[in-house]
Amino acid sequence: MLEFTQQIVNGLSLGAIYALIALGYTMVYGIIKLINFAHGDIMMVGAFVGYFSLTLLGTNIFVAMIAAMVTCAVFGVLIEKIAYRPLRNATRIAALITAIGVSLFLEYITIFLLGPSQKVFPESAFPIKAYAVGGLSILNKDVFVFVLAVALMLILQYIIKWTKTGKAMRAVSLDREAAVLMGISVDKTISITFAIGSALAAAAGVMLGIYYNTINPLMGIIPGLKAFVAAVLGGIGIIPGAMVGGFVMGLLETMVSGYGNSLYRDAVAFGVLIFILLIKPSGIFGEDTGEKV
Amino acid sequence: MQKVKNKWRKFASEILILAAIFTLVQYLVTAGLLNQYFQINLASMCINVILAVSLSLINGFTGQLSLGHAGFMAVGAYVAAIMTNMLDLPFIIGILAACLAAGLAGFIIGVPTLRLKGDYLAIATLALGEIIRVTLQNIDYVNGPAGIMGISKLSTWPWLFGGVVLTVVVIVNLVNSSYGRAIISVREDEVAAELMGINTTKYKVLAFAIGAMFAGLAGALYAHYFYIIKPETFNFLKSFDILVMVVLGGLGSTTGAIIAAVSITALTAALQPFPAIRMILYALILIIVMIYRPQGLMGNKELSMKTFGRIWGGRN
Repeated sequence: MLEFTQQIVNGLSLGAIYALIALGYTMVYGIIKLINFAHGDIMMVGAFVGYFSLTLLGTNIFVAMIAAMVTCAVFGVLIEKIAYRPLRNATRIAALITAIGVSLFLEYITIFLLGPSQKVFPESAFPIKAYAVGGLSILNKDVFVFVLAVALMLILQYIIKWTKTGKAMRAVSLDREAAVLMGISVDKTISITFAIGSALAAAAGVMLGIYYNTINPLMGIIPGLKAFVAAVLGGIGIIPGAMVGGFVMGLLETMVSGYGNSLYRDAVAFGVLIFILLIKPSGIFGEDTGEKV
Repeated sequence: MQKVKNKWRKFASEILILAAIFTLVQYLVTAGLLNQYFQINLASMCINVILAVSLSLINGFTGQLSLGHAGFMAVGAYVAAIMTNMLDLPFIIGILAACLAAGLAGFIIGVPTLRLKGDYLAIATLALGEIIRVTLQNIDYVNGPAGIMGISKLSTWPWLFGGVVLTVVVIVNLVNSSYGRAIISVREDEVAAELMGINTTKYKVLAFAIGAMFAGLAGALYAHYFYIIKPETFNFLKSFDILVMVVLGGLGSTTGAIIAAVSITALTAALQPFPAIRMILYALILIIVMIYRPQGLMGNKELSMKTFGRIWGGRN
């Protein structure tokens, strides 16, 4: 039982990271119906900005995280403006291919500029301590990641539920044409969505750096894919769904690694995805909408 | 009568052109005029054409977005390699087994997943492709992540060329048959097709299984040309590569898929001397083509003798 609780503790921080990335996926999908495959790579860019802020500028972890979030928010808006906006009225598959193109571009421009080798996140930025709580061993980095991620999610909930911008975002994702008629600037709202989603991904990138200690230009691919699975699991386009999905994925991954074969953890993640898709494709929180002819 | 005669003339000219291409390359290879570099790229071109044309049946003609094509290629590659390398069976048995296994995998995966639509199908196929890869990584019989090494090089030019011709002929004829019309009607409007009495599930699964079967063929040829197969080769990025060829060529255009497969392979080869910027350029080309020509190079049109006739000002 103790070991089981320990696994849950270990899984929570990873789950929080997945949830943060999944939020960006789900927000972008909700608003422009695009699977933004470049999202994991924006997270990678965030991790590198955080790394350079820590090593070159010698800032503390909070400043590094804010720097990463601001940089990635700008990146996200630019990517949407340059690559996705011209395709807003094109077929969805054309936009999907463009997203794949952006993803490859971000990966390989980073390799070109910084080299393919992995970089070690400075230990001094976040000295690891372990606390013993009732027989459990809790690392301070896990607590830090979990608390910060939950705080960011609460801020996001506040923005979406209680601010005018959030109202506009919900309106555009519900019905774009009607939102335009109500005087909402769709372009601006989509830009803000990309900015928020990318900033969350950047925060997740820095957290992943702390969690795994190393970062590399291709680090965005697999967590990106898993976060995407998390978004689908919760119901793509639904914000609380992405949070729950992220935690489920994180816990599942640590459980499979802890009790079974860690080589199978990716297969289990995808197996769960297929299972969900077959019994309830709209996800845990999704509503089944009838098909209109 | 005239029409029938024209048809035969067209058929004969096509056979002649194919035979000419085949003999020319065969001569160049046997006479040693084609160096190793060109031969390797020629082989990848053939394999990519098979992959792109088979995926274009699923994505382009049936309109079902599949992101797991590399998984079927992996099934074909592994089954063929096991047949020839471990069980010492002839190459043709390996190829047939590969096609059969991949087609069966396509059928098994297609039946439950093809009930899903659009993005959900894309996600499910992506996940299933990855599951195939991870499963292969965990089977000790095929050496897990290290993969199978030392596969004999049996994919010679006649096999590659034969594979391409077979794929194109089967898929073009399928698309132009009554089955093909049913398949295209599923793409155009699934509900309307169903109302017209078309068993949409049947045609979707059929197209999916046939597409998977030819991906298996491509996998078998790949395994026996490049000596070594690893699960990592067949990850979702490989599926994306094939999808890029299909979309760049134009959804619903077989000639588009062929042109895109050939030009992307040539482009990758041409960028080989600059490994640092190769992928950056590739990504940029992808983004730019999609922004300025989202329907792909050919749209859903086909390139044929007729098109050339029109260009040369001849009669249609």
